[in-house]
Amino acid sequence: MTLKRTLIAATMLGLAGTATAQEEKIRIGVSIPAATHGWAGGLNYHARQAIDRLQTQYPNLEIVLQTAANATEQVNDIEDLNSGTMTALVILPFESAPLTAPVKEIASQGVYVTVVDRGLSEPGIETFHIAGDNPALGREAALYINSKLPDGGEVVAMRGIPTEIDNQRVEGFKKALNSSIKILDEKHSNWNRDEGFAVMQDYLQRFPKIDAVWTQDDDTTLGVIDAARQAGREGEFFIVGGGGMKQIVQMVKEGSRQDVPVTVSYPPSMIATAIELTAEHFVSKIPLDGRYILNTSLITKENADLFYFPDSPY
Amino acid sequence: MTQQDTTRASVFAAHPGRGEEKSRFQIDYAAFGPLLALAILIGLGAILNPTFISIDNLENVLARSAFIGIIAIGATFVITSGGIDLSVGSMAAFSAATMIVVMNAAAPLASSGYAAIAAGVAAGFLVTVLAGLVNGAAITLGRIEPFIVTLGMMGILRSLVTWFADGGALTLDFAVRELYRPVYFGGVLGLSWPVIAFLAMALLGDFVLRRTVFGRHIAAIGSSEDVARYSAIKVSRIKLLAYVVQGVCVAIAVFLYVPRLGSATPSTGLLWELEAIAAVIIGGTLLKGGRGRIWGTVVGVLILSLISNLLNLTSIVSPYLNGAMQGAVVIIAVLLQRPSQR
Repeated sequence: MTLKRTLIAATMLGLAGTATAQEEKIRIGVSIPAATHGWAGGLNYHARQAIDRLQTQYPNLEIVLQTAANATEQVNDIEDLNSGTMTALVILPFESAPLTAPVKEIASQGVYVTVVDRGLSEPGIETFHIAGDNPALGREAALYINSKLPDGGEVVAMRGIPTEIDNQRVEGFKKALNSSIKILDEKHSNWNRDEGFAVMQDYLQRFPKIDAVWTQDDDTTLGVIDAARQAGREGEFFIVGGGGMKQIVQMVKEGSRQDVPVTVSYPPSMIATAIELTAEHFVSKIPLDGRYILNTSLITKENADLFYFPDSPY
Repeated sequence: MTQQDTTRASVFAAHPGRGEEKSRFQIDYAAFGPLLALAILIGLGAILNPTFISIDNLENVLARSAFIGIIAIGATFVITSGGIDLSVGSMAAFSAATMIVVMNAAAPLASSGYAAIAAGVAAGFLVTVLAGLVNGAAITLGRIEPFIVTLGMMGILRSLVTWFADGGALTLDFAVRELYRPVYFGGVLGLSWPVIAFLAMALLGDFVLRRTVFGRHIAAIGSSEDVARYSAIKVSRIKLLAYVVQGVCVAIAVFLYVPRLGSATPSTGLLWELEAIAAVIIGGTLLKGGRGRIWGTVVGVLILSLISNLLNLTSIVSPYLNGAMQGAVVIIAVLLQRPSQR
């Protein structure tokens, strides 16, 4: 940690040193969660792709990527971004509340702020906000389950890492789910394959009848598939995940698994949209101000091709 | 226990357990405590949800515990020798990543899928033994605190996995996985292979720690390194070997883990080191070294797995409080064995 901070500080000093030498340098800091789960892995992949692309294209553009394993680390990271030399900050906050004050501080020093996905707790700090629709991720899953279980039924849900995102998704899911459908339980599997496997094993022991499983995460879905296979209960229920992981999208696209008929998109590539637009705003002076909400859509056999990225790690 | 007592315990290491007993009829709380905690937990679980004690459920929990269990058996050696290894979780992830990468690469070249599996497993063993050797060498030859060496190794291996996987997941080739799958899901006589391996490793570990010269030297070093050195024990070599034993245990655990989900991600094995250390301490092994109990460790691992299983099987406690429940049970289990250490 300390080493990392030193390195970042050193990088920033280095940048500050060259500032006088070259004119019109545009410096953008990008702060995102570390690749600790599949979706965040995709996020890192798309961020790096976008940064490489932009820096090759515009030599006067300098982009620094920081990844943090938790909110505290992220606060440290952006405090280390010497804001005096920064043109813009693109940030996907780990948690809204703890990041609000530090980002506000940076914005008050005249740094352009782009917030990705999770909003800050106070409105008006950022100039540009791009986000996926978390409540809709839950809602789309619930609507699909409603359509498949018109006469009611029993579903088990899985929660993610306890965060605001998880709360919003679960809330969206519960609100949209038909009252005739009962949620048997909702345990945390932390958007993790291993934990999805273990939690599903226990659900299978506990509930003799399950009609559907909502995992809200495609990585978790893979764990659920294996738990079902081990218990000999494959095909008894269908599984709705989320995120758009390539293995799952491939299953949906090819229709190779009856119990994974759909998933819900939540593209980690939105970070690339954010970085590209922010960079273009300064390089090409395109207007950028306001909010951009990416639609969250149900990925089905028909449209799966649009969501399939075989080269992405996620 | 005072320093003197600890030293005495090592002198009595030839008769393990006996050195601590004050009289023949006194209950050995250190051995009894964890078992009592386990019994209470099982009793409570059976009342809350009868499914808890069904054979299928217990079989699931045992199989799931096997990874941490086998790693914790290795950790018992390291901790008994007075050391600590924080790198086991990352080591497991790194070994799993290596196995998967090598298996995927070998699959199209090898004559049969089994050859690819063998190549992958060999590579997985190689890297963990190497990591154990590096840990041990830095601690003994480099004279660096085990905590620091293994903390560094933890960071290095974890980052390597993330780098290997490009932040995403490494997934085992489908055909190879189907061949390899029975290693986790198959078994004989109603017991799955991970459970059998866990049991076998516990028997072997217990024998080595209590009945062999190596095991007794480990305990003696953990009690007092100086006394061990004056007793002509090759302290550095034994300590180094303890870390290699830990590496081998990690490799065996990973050998069983990979077929379960056929993938390794940057979050594979996260915090396993703490679970393993907690299990070892719950089982009555002293964190400062000198006394190790393999069967205690086994009980410790079961306690930890059963708690999370029980919490999944019931809806009494808010899932936000799972960690608090686990923490409380860990402390209670250790409290139960306190009398003998006074």
